[in-house]
Amino acid sequence: MLHTVNKSPFEKNSLQTCLRLAKEGNDILLIEDAVYAATKGTSVSEMVAQAATNFNLYVLGPDLLSRGVGQDELIAGCEVVDYAGFVRLATENDKVQSWL
Amino acid sequence: MKFAIMVNEGPYTHQSSDSAYQFTKAALKQGHEIFRVFFYHDGVNNGTRFTAPPQDDRHLVNRWSELAEQHGLDLVVCVAAAQRRGVIDDKEAQRYGKDGNNIAPGFRISGLGQLIEAGIQSDRLLVFGD
Repeated sequence: MLHTVNKSPFEKNSLQTCLRLAKEGNDILLIEDAVYAATKGTSVSEMVAQAATNFNLYVLGPDLLSRGVGQDELIAGCEVVDYAGFVRLATENDKVQSWL
Repeated sequence: MKFAIMVNEGPYTHQSSDSAYQFTKAALKQGHEIFRVFFYHDGVNNGTRFTAPPQDDRHLVNRWSELAEQHGLDLVVCVAAAQRRGVIDDKEAQRYGKDGNNIAPGFRISGLGQLIEAGIQSDRLLVFGD
């Protein structure tokens, strides 16, 4: 199953809810403001680093770029994908759940 | 693979219309079929041709209209959500005695059944919104 999260963890709890309910080994893709969750040195970094060991964690590259977040600022274990990668993740998983 | 796309957020609000558009474009590029794009709640505001953003900004409504023309997309605006927000076609204008319509090219107004059908007919339903 693919989970997408589009809200910053500093604004809404959708990432926390997603991490609580997703099954181990699921794919999680951070898009829009949720890409901030993948940055190092924040109040949620530890939670996200832990999540990267339980799930396959992906971050949408164009949304990082539009926010000026460099790939060197990302938590280890996050894989950056583009929109083509987003589409591939949606085809490889039998369901897509959007956490808004 | 067949995709259905749902957009629940208005244009220029956060990023949902952009994200849905970019996903749709990328899916088409990979040879997938977009069964339908369904606009619900404030998402219906993506379907008014009266939108006039500054010239150096992306025109979200025209972008959808152009993509629909290029790829024969079915862009459906929820009728009840559209009536509340003043997004109307000629038929709705006559029904409610309005002096014009504002539905953008490539969009059509229909009911929630279109969303259900899209969910049944498509392999995946992707939701973009708030």
